[in-house]
Amino acid sequence: MLGLIGKKLGMTQVFDESGFLVPVTAIEAGPCDIVQIKTPEKEGYSALQLGFGKRRERLFNKPTKGHFSKANVKPRPVLKEFRVDSVEEYEVGTQISVDIFETGERVDVTGTSKGKGFQGVIKRHNFHRGPKTHGSHSYRRTGSIGASADPSRVVKGKKMPGRMGNKRITVKNLEVVKIDTERNIILVRGAVPGAINSYIMIAKHKK
Amino acid sequence: MNKLKSLVEDQLRTDHPDFRVGDTVRVHVKVVEGNKERIQVFQGIVLQRRHGGIEETFTVRKVSEGIGVERIFPLHSPSIDHIDITRHGRVRRAKLFYLRQRRGKAARVSERRFVRPQ
Repeated sequence: MLGLIGKKLGMTQVFDESGFLVPVTAIEAGPCDIVQIKTPEKEGYSALQLGFGKRRERLFNKPTKGHFSKANVKPRPVLKEFRVDSVEEYEVGTQISVDIFETGERVDVTGTSKGKGFQGVIKRHNFHRGPKTHGSHSYRRTGSIGASADPSRVVKGKKMPGRMGNKRITVKNLEVVKIDTERNIILVRGAVPGAINSYIMIAKHKK
Repeated sequence: MNKLKSLVEDQLRTDHPDFRVGDTVRVHVKVVEGNKERIQVFQGIVLQRRHGGIEETFTVRKVSEGIGVERIFPLHSPSIDHIDITRHGRVRRAKLFYLRQRRGKAARVSERRFVRPQ
Protein backbone atom coordinates (compact mmCIF):
# COMPACT_ATOMS: atom_id res chain seq x y z
CA MET A 1 0.00 0.00 0.00
CA LEU A 2 1.02 3.59 -0.57
CA GLY A 3 3.31 4.84 2.12
CA LEU A 4 6.43 6.70 3.12
CA ILE A 5 9.92 5.97 4.38
CA GLY A 6 10.74 7.62 7.67
CA LYS A 7 13.09 7.81 10.59
CA LYS A 8 12.03 6.95 14.12
CA LEU A 9 12.53 9.96 16.39
CA GLY A 10 11.39 8.36 19.65
CA MET A 11 8.37 8.14 21.89
CA THR A 12 6.51 10.80 23.83
CA GLN A 13 2.98 11.48 25.05
CA VAL A 14 0.24 13.84 23.92
CA PHE A 15 -3.15 14.76 25.36
CA ASP A 16 -6.20 13.98 23.26
CA GLU A 17 -9.38 16.10 23.15
CA SER A 18 -10.89 14.45 26.22
CA GLY A 19 -7.74 15.04 28.25
CA PHE A 20 -6.31 11.51 28.20
CA LEU A 21 -2.59 11.00 27.76
CA VAL A 22 -1.86 9.01 24.62
CA PRO A 23 1.53 7.31 24.10
CA VAL A 24 2.86 8.12 20.64
CA THR A 25 5.90 7.46 18.49
CA ALA A 26 7.21 10.40 16.48
CA ILE A 27 8.37 9.53 12.98
CA GLU A 28 10.09 11.92 10.63
CA ALA A 29 8.56 10.75 7.36
CA GLY A 30 9.34 11.94 3.90
CA PRO A 31 9.33 13.86 1.70
CA CYS A 32 10.27 10.91 -0.50
CA ASP A 33 11.25 11.15 -4.14
CA ILE A 34 9.60 8.85 -6.64
CA VAL A 35 12.70 7.30 -8.17
CA GLN A 36 11.09 4.66 -10.33
CA ILE A 37 7.60 3.53 -11.23
CA LYS A 38 7.05 -0.17 -11.80
CA THR A 39 4.27 -1.03 -14.20
CA PRO A 40 2.42 -4.27 -14.93
CA GLU A 41 3.60 -4.06 -18.55
CA LYS A 42 7.27 -3.94 -17.72
CA GLU A 43 7.81 -5.42 -14.26
CA GLY A 44 4.58 -7.37 -13.91
CA TYR A 45 3.20 -5.37 -10.98
CA SER A 46 2.55 -1.74 -10.13
CA ALA A 47 4.62 -0.07 -7.42
CA LEU A 48 6.44 3.11 -6.56
CA GLN A 49 10.11 3.09 -5.69
CA LEU A 50 10.73 5.83 -3.14
CA GLY A 51 14.01 7.36 -1.98
CA PHE A 52 14.61 8.89 1.43
CA GLY A 53 17.45 10.17 3.61
CA LYS A 54 20.58 12.22 3.26
CA ARG A 55 24.09 11.19 2.27
CA ARG A 56 26.97 13.06 0.64
CA GLU A 57 26.84 12.62 -3.10
CA ARG A 58 30.43 11.38 -3.51
CA LEU A 59 29.69 8.36 -1.33
CA PHE A 60 27.43 6.86 -4.01
CA ASN A 61 28.93 4.78 -6.77
CA LYS A 62 28.37 5.56 -10.40
CA PRO A 63 25.66 2.97 -11.15
CA THR A 64 23.60 4.17 -8.17
CA LYS A 65 24.02 7.79 -9.18
CA GLY A 66 22.89 6.86 -12.66
CA HIS A 67 19.74 5.24 -11.32
CA PHE A 68 18.82 8.46 -9.52
CA SER A 69 19.81 10.80 -12.31
CA LYS A 70 17.40 8.96 -14.58
CA ALA A 71 14.62 10.21 -12.33
CA ASN A 72 16.33 13.59 -12.08
CA VAL A 73 16.55 13.47 -8.26
CA LYS A 74 19.41 13.59 -5.76
CA PRO A 75 20.84 10.21 -4.70
CA ARG A 76 19.22 8.90 -1.51
CA PRO A 77 20.62 6.20 0.79
CA VAL A 78 17.31 4.40 1.35
CA LEU A 79 15.24 2.95 -1.46
CA LYS A 80 12.00 1.11 -0.78
CA GLU A 81 9.10 -0.05 -2.86
CA PHE A 82 5.43 0.47 -2.12
CA ARG A 83 2.76 -1.40 -4.06
CA VAL A 84 -0.08 0.75 -5.42
CA ASP A 85 -3.27 -0.13 -7.25
CA SER A 86 -2.62 2.20 -10.14
CA VAL A 87 0.47 4.18 -11.07
CA GLU A 88 -1.25 6.61 -13.41
CA GLU A 89 -1.49 9.53 -10.99
CA TYR A 90 2.22 9.44 -10.12
CA GLU A 91 5.19 10.82 -11.97
CA VAL A 92 8.87 9.98 -11.65
CA GLY A 93 10.88 12.75 -9.98
CA THR A 94 8.01 14.16 -7.93
CA GLN A 95 7.78 13.97 -4.17
CA ILE A 96 5.37 12.34 -1.74
CA SER A 97 5.05 13.81 1.74
CA VAL A 98 3.09 13.24 4.95
CA ASP A 99 -0.05 14.86 3.56
CA ILE A 100 -1.02 11.51 2.05
CA PHE A 101 -2.06 10.54 5.59
CA GLU A 102 -4.76 12.11 7.71
CA THR A 103 -5.31 12.10 11.45
CA GLY A 104 -7.39 9.20 12.71
CA GLU A 105 -6.33 7.01 9.81
CA ARG A 106 -4.87 3.54 10.40
CA VAL A 107 -1.34 2.70 9.23
CA ASP A 108 1.02 -0.28 9.21
CA VAL A 109 4.59 0.40 10.30
CA THR A 110 7.46 -1.85 9.22
CA GLY A 111 10.96 -1.74 10.66
CA THR A 112 13.87 -3.83 11.85
CA SER A 113 13.49 -4.75 15.51
CA LYS A 114 16.28 -4.18 18.00
CA GLY A 115 18.72 -7.09 18.12
CA LYS A 116 18.69 -8.97 21.42
CA GLY A 117 21.54 -11.39 20.69
CA PHE A 118 21.44 -15.08 21.61
CA GLN A 119 18.49 -15.56 23.97
CA GLY A 120 16.99 -18.49 25.81
CA VAL A 121 13.49 -19.85 25.32
CA ILE A 122 11.93 -17.86 28.15
CA LYS A 123 12.75 -14.48 26.63
CA ARG A 124 12.60 -15.60 23.01
CA HIS A 125 9.45 -17.73 22.96
CA ASN A 126 7.74 -16.80 26.24
CA PHE A 127 8.17 -20.29 27.74
CA HIS A 128 7.49 -20.79 31.43
CA ARG A 129 10.38 -21.23 33.81
CA GLY A 130 10.96 -24.33 35.91
CA PRO A 131 10.86 -24.41 39.70
CA LYS A 132 13.39 -22.29 41.57
CA THR A 133 13.74 -24.64 44.56
CA HIS A 134 13.15 -28.24 45.70
CA GLY A 135 16.35 -29.46 44.05
CA SER A 136 15.40 -28.22 40.63
CA HIS A 137 18.08 -27.62 38.02
CA SER A 138 15.69 -26.52 35.29
CA TYR A 139 15.06 -22.92 36.25
CA ARG A 140 15.36 -21.42 32.73
CA ARG A 141 15.97 -24.58 30.73
CA THR A 142 14.23 -25.61 27.54
CA GLY A 143 12.73 -28.81 28.93
CA SER A 144 11.73 -31.69 26.71
CA ILE A 145 12.11 -31.12 22.98
CA GLY A 146 10.08 -34.12 21.87
CA ALA A 147 9.28 -37.82 22.25
CA SER A 148 11.82 -40.69 22.30
CA ALA A 149 12.35 -43.57 19.82
CA ASP A 150 9.26 -42.59 17.91
CA PRO A 151 9.88 -40.26 15.98
CA SER A 152 13.52 -40.32 17.19
CA ARG A 153 14.11 -36.86 15.80
CA VAL A 154 13.25 -33.29 16.72
CA VAL A 155 10.37 -31.76 14.75
CA LYS A 156 11.27 -28.99 12.35
CA GLY A 157 10.67 -25.48 13.63
CA LYS A 158 10.90 -26.50 17.31
CA LYS A 159 11.20 -23.35 19.41
CA MET A 160 14.69 -23.28 20.83
CA PRO A 161 17.25 -20.76 22.05
CA GLY A 162 18.91 -18.61 19.40
CA ARG A 163 19.28 -15.19 17.89
CA MET A 164 16.44 -12.88 18.76
CA GLY A 165 15.44 -9.55 17.25
CA ASN A 166 17.09 -7.73 14.35
CA LYS A 167 14.24 -8.95 12.19
CA ARG A 168 11.77 -7.26 9.90
CA ILE A 169 8.60 -6.63 11.93
CA THR A 170 5.33 -5.04 10.86
CA VAL A 171 3.01 -3.53 13.43
CA LYS A 172 -0.45 -3.20 11.95
CA ASN A 173 -3.44 -0.97 12.49
CA LEU A 174 -1.78 1.91 14.36
CA GLU A 175 -3.74 5.13 14.67
CA VAL A 176 -2.32 8.37 13.27
CA VAL A 177 -2.65 10.85 16.13
CA LYS A 178 -1.15 13.97 14.65
CA ILE A 179 0.53 15.15 11.46
CA ASP A 180 2.93 18.05 11.22
CA THR A 181 3.14 18.86 7.53
CA GLU A 182 5.57 21.70 8.13
CA ARG A 183 8.23 19.56 9.78
CA ASN A 184 7.24 16.31 8.05
CA ILE A 185 6.55 14.56 11.33
CA ILE A 186 3.83 12.04 11.97
CA LEU A 187 2.70 10.86 15.41
CA VAL A 188 1.50 7.27 15.59
CA ARG A 189 -0.23 5.79 18.62
CA GLY A 190 1.83 3.14 20.41
CA ALA A 191 5.23 1.60 19.85
CA VAL A 192 6.98 0.96 16.57
CA PRO A 193 9.74 -1.59 15.82
CA GLY A 194 13.35 -0.49 15.74
CA ALA A 195 15.79 1.76 17.54
CA ILE A 196 15.72 5.55 17.50
CA ASN A 197 17.09 6.94 14.21
CA SER A 198 16.40 3.70 12.37
CA TYR A 199 14.62 3.78 9.05
CA ILE A 200 11.04 2.53 8.96
CA MET A 201 8.23 2.28 6.46
CA ILE A 202 4.75 3.67 7.13
CA ALA A 203 2.05 2.42 4.82
CA LYS A 204 -1.69 2.84 4.70
CA HIS A 205 -3.38 0.03 6.61
CA LYS A 206 -4.09 -2.99 4.47
CA LYS A 207 -7.48 -4.42 5.35
CA MET B 1 15.54 14.75 21.52
CA ASN B 2 14.88 18.43 20.92
CA LYS B 3 12.67 17.61 17.99
CA LEU B 4 10.60 15.41 20.28
CA LYS B 5 10.34 18.14 22.90
CA SER B 6 9.33 20.79 20.40
CA LEU B 7 6.53 18.53 19.17
CA VAL B 8 4.65 18.71 22.43
CA GLU B 9 5.71 22.23 23.41
CA ASP B 10 2.34 23.72 22.53
CA GLN B 11 0.65 21.35 24.98
CA LEU B 12 2.73 22.44 27.99
CA ARG B 13 0.91 24.61 30.49
CA THR B 14 2.63 27.70 31.79
CA ASP B 15 -0.28 29.00 33.84
CA HIS B 16 0.34 26.89 36.96
CA PRO B 17 1.89 28.51 40.04
CA ASP B 18 5.35 27.35 41.06
CA PHE B 19 4.35 24.85 43.76
CA ARG B 20 6.82 22.53 45.42
CA VAL B 21 6.84 19.30 47.36
CA GLY B 22 5.36 19.90 50.82
CA ASP B 23 3.03 22.66 49.70
CA THR B 24 -0.68 22.33 50.35
CA VAL B 25 -2.55 22.83 47.11
CA ARG B 26 -6.13 22.93 45.90
CA VAL B 27 -6.38 21.22 42.52
CA HIS B 28 -9.49 22.18 40.59
CA VAL B 29 -10.28 19.24 38.34
CA LYS B 30 -12.82 19.24 35.52
CA VAL B 31 -15.16 16.29 35.90
CA VAL B 32 -17.43 15.23 33.05
CA GLU B 33 -20.70 13.64 34.10
CA GLY B 34 -22.86 12.65 31.17
CA ASN B 35 -22.73 15.75 29.06
CA LYS B 36 -22.28 18.16 31.93
CA GLU B 37 -18.94 19.40 33.18
CA ARG B 38 -18.31 20.56 36.70
CA ILE B 39 -15.26 21.35 38.80
CA GLN B 40 -14.15 19.22 41.72
CA VAL B 41 -11.54 20.38 44.20
CA PHE B 42 -8.90 18.04 45.61
CA GLN B 43 -6.94 19.58 48.48
CA GLY B 44 -3.86 18.08 50.04
CA ILE B 45 -0.10 18.00 50.45
CA VAL B 46 2.12 17.53 47.39
CA LEU B 47 4.08 14.32 48.03
CA GLN B 48 6.22 14.29 44.91
CA ARG B 49 6.77 15.70 41.47
CA ARG B 50 8.26 13.32 38.97
CA HIS B 51 9.31 13.07 35.32
CA GLY B 52 9.78 16.14 33.15
CA GLY B 53 8.32 17.88 30.17
CA ILE B 54 4.87 16.77 29.09
CA GLU B 55 5.20 13.62 31.17
CA GLU B 56 5.52 15.46 34.49
CA THR B 57 3.10 14.37 37.21
CA PHE B 58 2.54 15.29 40.84
CA THR B 59 0.98 13.35 43.71
CA VAL B 60 -1.39 14.99 46.18
CA ARG B 61 -2.26 13.29 49.48
CA LYS B 62 -5.12 14.09 51.77
CA VAL B 63 -6.72 12.29 54.69
CA SER B 64 -10.43 11.95 54.07
CA GLU B 65 -12.53 10.62 56.97
CA GLY B 66 -9.49 8.95 58.44
CA ILE B 67 -8.50 7.27 55.19
CA GLY B 68 -5.48 8.47 53.29
CA VAL B 69 -6.25 9.31 49.67
CA GLU B 70 -3.60 10.02 47.06
CA ARG B 71 -4.20 11.26 43.55
CA ILE B 72 -1.66 11.54 40.77
CA PHE B 73 -2.22 14.33 38.27
CA PRO B 74 -0.43 14.92 34.98
CA LEU B 75 0.84 18.47 35.46
CA HIS B 76 0.01 19.58 31.92
CA SER B 77 -3.38 17.87 31.76
CA PRO B 78 -6.11 19.97 30.18
CA SER B 79 -8.55 18.50 32.69
CA ILE B 80 -6.93 20.51 35.48
CA ASP B 81 -8.75 23.82 35.59
CA HIS B 82 -6.29 25.55 37.89
CA ILE B 83 -4.14 24.98 40.97
CA ASP B 84 -4.12 27.17 44.12
CA ILE B 85 -1.40 27.07 46.74
CA THR B 86 -2.94 27.43 50.16
CA ARG B 87 0.22 26.89 52.23
CA HIS B 88 3.93 26.66 51.49
CA GLY B 89 5.59 23.81 53.37
CA ARG B 90 9.19 23.51 54.52
CA VAL B 91 10.49 20.02 53.85
CA ARG B 92 13.93 18.42 53.59
CA ARG B 93 12.99 15.64 51.17
CA ALA B 94 12.08 15.54 47.50
CA LYS B 95 9.58 12.72 48.17
CA LEU B 96 7.40 12.84 51.26
CA PHE B 97 6.44 9.16 51.43
CA TYR B 98 7.18 9.15 55.17
CA LEU B 99 3.89 10.99 55.65
CA ARG B 100 2.07 7.76 54.79
CA GLN B 101 3.28 6.12 57.99
CA ARG B 102 2.25 9.05 60.12
CA ARG B 103 -1.14 10.17 61.22
CA GLY B 104 -2.63 13.16 63.05
CA LYS B 105 -0.21 15.64 64.53
CA ALA B 106 2.87 13.76 63.36
CA ALA B 107 1.81 14.07 59.74
CA ARG B 108 2.18 17.81 59.66
CA VAL B 109 4.55 19.81 57.50
CA SER B 110 5.95 23.04 58.93
CA GLU B 111 5.34 26.25 57.05
CA ARG B 112 7.90 27.87 54.79
CA ARG B 113 8.16 31.48 55.87
CA PHE B 114 10.22 33.01 53.13
CA VAL B 115 8.52 32.49 49.85
CA ARG B 116 10.08 34.02 46.79
CA PRO B 117 7.50 36.27 45.14
CA GLN B 118 6.45 35.00 41.73
